[in-house]
Amino acid sequence: MTDATANTAPTGAGQGSLLIKDSRTAKRNGAEGRFKMYGLIAVCIGIAMLILLLTSILTSGLSAFRQTTIQIEVTLPEEKLDKSGVRDPEVMAKVTTFGYAPLLRDGLEATIAANGIETELSAKDAAELISDESVAQLRNRVLRNPDLIGQTVSVEVMASGRIDGFYKGRVTYASAERDTNISPAQLQLAEALEDKGLLNTSFNWLFLTAPDASDTRPEAAGLGVAILGSLYMMLIVLVLALPIGVAASIYLEEFAPQNRWTDLVEVNISNLAAVPSIVFGILGLAIFINFAGLPQSAPIVGGLVLTLMTLPTIIIATRAALKSVPPSIRDAALGLGASRMQSVFHHVLPLAMPGILTGTILGLAQALGETAPLLLIGMVAFVREYPEAPWEGGLFDPATALPVQVFNWTQRSDPAFVERASGAIIVLLVFLLLMNLTAIFLRRRFERRW
Amino acid sequence: MRLTERVLDTETDKPKITAKGVQVYYGDTHAIKDVNVDIADKTVTAFIGPSGCGKSTFLRCLNRMNDTISIARVEGDIRIDGEDIYDKRVDPVQLRAKVGMVFQKPNPFPKSIYDNVAYGPRIHGLSRNKSDLDEIVENALRRAALWDEAKDRLSQPGTGLSGGQQQRLCIARAVATAPEILLMDEPCSALDPIATAQVEELIDELRQSYSVVIVTHSMQQAARVSQKTAFFHLGHLVEYGETGKIFTSPEDPRTESYISGRIG
Repeated sequence: MTDATANTAPTGAGQGSLLIKDSRTAKRNGAEGRFKMYGLIAVCIGIAMLILLLTSILTSGLSAFRQTTIQIEVTLPEEKLDKSGVRDPEVMAKVTTFGYAPLLRDGLEATIAANGIETELSAKDAAELISDESVAQLRNRVLRNPDLIGQTVSVEVMASGRIDGFYKGRVTYASAERDTNISPAQLQLAEALEDKGLLNTSFNWLFLTAPDASDTRPEAAGLGVAILGSLYMMLIVLVLALPIGVAASIYLEEFAPQNRWTDLVEVNISNLAAVPSIVFGILGLAIFINFAGLPQSAPIVGGLVLTLMTLPTIIIATRAALKSVPPSIRDAALGLGASRMQSVFHHVLPLAMPGILTGTILGLAQALGETAPLLLIGMVAFVREYPEAPWEGGLFDPATALPVQVFNWTQRSDPAFVERASGAIIVLLVFLLLMNLTAIFLRRRFERRW
Repeated sequence: MRLTERVLDTETDKPKITAKGVQVYYGDTHAIKDVNVDIADKTVTAFIGPSGCGKSTFLRCLNRMNDTISIARVEGDIRIDGEDIYDKRVDPVQLRAKVGMVFQKPNPFPKSIYDNVAYGPRIHGLSRNKSDLDEIVENALRRAALWDEAKDRLSQPGTGLSGGQQQRLCIARAVATAPEILLMDEPCSALDPIATAQVEELIDELRQSYSVVIVTHSMQQAARVSQKTAFFHLGHLVEYGETGKIFTSPEDPRTESYISGRIG
């Protein structure tokens, strides 16, 4: 470390030439360089995992946003749909989908003939190209517009699950040989229709708006009910958890006396934040459904359970935000003769708001993705009807939630549902991303101005 | 160990604040030991002493700011205008409207200059309408010698001012509620000499209307600004009297050591 100078004076740390690196410095620099490398590797691993996750989800799920449709001309004869001629929807509703199915079949046959497509398939077999859901869709359309009866309308029908799968790579000629639900001849017909421009794949809005569908109709399954259910539950959580959490936090921080009871409460709140979410599900089942008699599968119960889960998170975030306000502001307010409440509400709370908002939004984002408690309170049900608007009692109608829908769909055997489940995960991730971006934006916007 | 108590012969014969046998404990620490002092009205009284001697603690007893510290315990008799401020019937909030405080580090609210000054009058309902409030704000800013610099930027945040201006804003804020007593805890210690001079000039004007008690580390400041000085040491009030006398011919040897720089 030092040159061989006089050994009487104590050797200091900076002795010797600065231009020659001493070994201790070299070792330190080496250790620092290695640590930087480790850190970089860790970050890269994290990012690689993220990319892997996103890639796998996007490749399997993006196709859910596209749907194959066929354009056919359908004649709507009056004698089959509305013999009375009155065009009363209630009377017309007596004609069920059984009455409309042959119309679609005939329409497809006519379209095939009109376009000069040759096929060996019978009309019945050809009609299997069309999704069963399309029959119901046509019926709904006619009931909404009774004056269509007697005309020939152009209908864009959904292709069946197997045809859709063919255009998404799940079904091939080889697999069609072994598949009972589709035959190679049907695939050929589909390709012929595509050549004529009658069949194409476009963006699938129905995925986001339609309710769930049965196992045999994956092409019709949508997230409409799930999105509404999740939305209602988030609304309930926001309306309940935010005021209660902030009020509890303010009380604990500003007004509670410093004694054993307060300490007990604080310890328990921290513990509650760590309780597994499924326990809240059992709690919800016991209290809200069995004891209070609220309806199963309803967003109100889901919302209440998620509120209980989010409350500790909000309380902890609020307390941290309140603590971060410098005491000098409080002292200034008190020194002017403000009461405790005035100093809290006029000065401390506005300054703590960014932290509170961020904590709330993060808590909401967490609640959005929770599945376990919702399973126990019965939100796994197969729900085909949209819940009503909240002010019409919709909170008590059965509904489901996004993560639960994902769980549900992965349980089903048709591979088309795997695609749907991945698509639902993409929708969930987009919502979470939006919420996190909102949190960041709000934090920046309300940042402390000193 | 004897305390020196002087009979007051200033403008008003009744002292504004009287303190008898005041003890303050922080948990087990005995911070203020048996202090007796009478503070006169329309006078600047300075509390001097080495660090940690208890002058700020005692100051905070006068507007019950020690109430906000949970481990602090105040005993003794402190009266303002003859009324015991620690009486159960007294609301500290009301007391603090009468006794204003300016802190060591300027702490304007992160609001506009106008809202800073207007906050006190607003919460105490001192104005009937906007023009009343405008007048109160203008008067307070004038008294704090900040009006000329601030009148064109009333809506800008108070935190955007310089250190000296911020402290004058805090003084304006404190006088806006028309208190009778103004407590200042080392108001100039965070300021540069020019700003200090401005604040000291201000204090001299303020004493015509208020009773001012100022805690200061600087003996020169105490000598310049105050009429009466109290010397604290290790929680005791060692000597109290006319400023001139304390600094030229103190009676207690500890006072003498402090002002000649041998202790503190």
